[in-house]
Amino acid sequence: MTTTSGTPDTADTAAVRRAISSTPRPPRPGPLSAALTFGWRGMLKVRHVPEQLLDVTVTPVMFLLMFTYLFGGAIAGSTSAYLDYTLPGLLVMSVLFTTVYSGVSLNTDLTKGVVDRFRSLPIWRPAPLLGSLLGDSVRYVIAGTVIIVVGVALGFRPDGGAVGAVAALALVVVFSFGLSWVFSVLGLLLRTPNAVMNAGFMAIFPLTFLSNVFVDPETLPGPLEAFVDVNPVSILATASRSLMAGEPDGGAIVVSLAVAAALAAVFLPLTTRLYRSR
Amino acid sequence: MTTSTPLAIEASGLRKSYGTTRAVDGVDLAVPTGAVYGVLGPNGAGKTTTIRMLATLIAPDAGSARVLGHDIVSEADTVRELVSLTGQLASVDEELTGRENLVLLGRLLGYSRPAARSRADELLEAFDIADAGGKLVKFFSGGMRRRLDIAASIVVTPRLMFLDEPTTGLDPRSRNQVWEIARALVAEGTTILLCTQYLEEADQLADGIAVIDRGRVIAEGTPGHLKASVGAGALRVRLVDGAHRAEAARLLERAVGPVTLDAEPAALSAAADAERAAIGVAELARAGIPLAHFALEQPSLDEVFLALTGRAAEDETSPTLQELS
Repeated sequence: MTTTSGTPDTADTAAVRRAISSTPRPPRPGPLSAALTFGWRGMLKVRHVPEQLLDVTVTPVMFLLMFTYLFGGAIAGSTSAYLDYTLPGLLVMSVLFTTVYSGVSLNTDLTKGVVDRFRSLPIWRPAPLLGSLLGDSVRYVIAGTVIIVVGVALGFRPDGGAVGAVAALALVVVFSFGLSWVFSVLGLLLRTPNAVMNAGFMAIFPLTFLSNVFVDPETLPGPLEAFVDVNPVSILATASRSLMAGEPDGGAIVVSLAVAAALAAVFLPLTTRLYRSR
Repeated sequence: MTTSTPLAIEASGLRKSYGTTRAVDGVDLAVPTGAVYGVLGPNGAGKTTTIRMLATLIAPDAGSARVLGHDIVSEADTVRELVSLTGQLASVDEELTGRENLVLLGRLLGYSRPAARSRADELLEAFDIADAGGKLVKFFSGGMRRRLDIAASIVVTPRLMFLDEPTTGLDPRSRNQVWEIARALVAEGTTILLCTQYLEEADQLADGIAVIDRGRVIAEGTPGHLKASVGAGALRVRLVDGAHRAEAARLLERAVGPVTLDAEPAALSAAADAERAAIGVAELARAGIPLAHFALEQPSLDEVFLALTGRAAEDETSPTLQELS
C-alpha cells in the first residue's frame, strides 16, 4: 500500500485540478464543422505516414508501365497509341483501387477504442464517416494526379489539354465518392482490415479488368463484350477518355454520375445505420 | 442510496445479449452523484457491456436507465453532452500525436481552433505528457497513454465519467497517478463509474461498490461492507530468521487459527480480522520472535467471489489479478 499524500505526484495534482475546473463548455459544433474536423484527422494521418500512399499509387503505375511497354505494341500497334487509349482508363483504375482503402481504414478504426469515443460525443452522427471520406478524397486526387503526371512524362498528350484532364479526374473522384460507401459497408460488416482488403479487391479487380480500360471490347467474344459494355467501370472509363480527348461524351458522363448517386443512395444510409449499431 | 441525493445513474433491468450469450442479464444500479462508484467483477462479467449501454454506445435489449436524469435511449444526445468515456481499449487515436488527439476532441466539442490548441497544451502540461505531446500515440508508454486517454475525457469536464479498467496493465507508479487524477475529478464535482477487477482499486477509490457476475449484480454496499461480508483478510508475517517459523506457526495457530506456511521460507500467514491479527502479532512479539514485516492483507477478488458465490471468479486468472491482491 502506498501512501499517496507523500508521493511526488501531489505537485501534478494541483495542475490536474486546475485543468479540470477551467472548462466552460463551448457551444456544440455544427455538422459541417464536425465533418471537416474529421477530414483534418484523415489528412493528419497521411501526413504522419505518407508511405501509405505508396500502396495506392505504385500498383497502377506498375500496370501503366507494364501494359504500355509490354502489350502496347501488340494491342494498339505502338506504345504511344496504346498510352493514349489506356491512360484515361488507368486513371479510373487507380482511383477506384484507392476507394477500397476507405473501407480498410474504417475497419481499422473500429478495431481500436477511438471510435467509441467519437460515438460518445454529442456530434452529428454521420460526421466521422463523412469527414473521413472528405479526407480520403484528397487521397483519390493524389492517386489520380500521380497517374496523369506519369502518363505525361511517358509522352501522353491529351487533346483536351489540362482542362480535359482535370475534368476527367474530377468525374472519377466524384464517382469514387459514391463507390466508397460500398466499401464502407464492407468495412463495417467484416471482421478484420485484411478481410476488407481481400473482399474489396476481389470485387474491384474483375470489374476493372473486364472493362474497356485495357482493351477495346470489340475484340472480345459476344457475351463478354455484352458484359463489358454495361460494366459501370467501362462507362466511367469511356467518359474519362472523352473528357481527356476534349470531346465530352454526355451520355457516359450522365450514366457515371447516376451510378455514383445510386450507390450512395443505397449504401450511405446503410453505412450510417451499421456504424451506429456496431 | 438515500433519497435526498439525486442519482447519477439509475438503471433497472438492463439486458443485452449477443447471439445466445447474455452479456448483461438484468442489471440494476443506483449510483449517487459526486463520488466514485465501483463495479467489480471478473473479465466477461458484463461490466464493459453495461458501461457501453450507459454511455449510449449500444442500446439495451430490455430495461431502462437514466443518466443524470436523462433516458439513455430517448435522450441519448443529452446524455452524451454530460458524460465521457475512457474505454478499456485506450480511446485515443494511435496514428495521431498526443497533442493532435486533444486538439481534435477540442474542435469536436466546439472549441475554436486557438482555444482547442491552448486547452490541449494545458491538459498535456497538467497530465505530465507535455514532453511527448508531439509524438505519435503508438509510441507512448502504457501509463502515458492512459493519462492521455483521461485527459481526452476531460477536454470539457464531464458531469459523469466512465472509467473502464483504468489501471489494468499499468505499473504501480502509473496506477497511483491515475488514482490521483480520479480523486481530483471527484473533488471537482465529477461522478465516476469505475469498472475494475481489483478489489484494492475499488477499495482505494470507491464509496460504493456493486459486484457483478454473469451479467447480474450479486452484491452491493460500501467497500467495508463488502469486505466484512467476505470475512477476514489474511495476516501475513515475515520473520527475520526462518528457523523460528515452526514456533511462530504454533503460536499463531493458538492465537489466530489455521496457519499456512508460505513458499518464502521465513513467511507464514493466517486468515484473520484486524483484532485477531493484532493479537497474533502481539503473541509473537511477546515470545521474542524477531519480525521483519507483518501486514493485514485484503481479500482478493477471488476470495470475494468465493464468499459471494461459493465458486472462484470465472476467467482464466491473469497473473495481474493476483499481483494487486
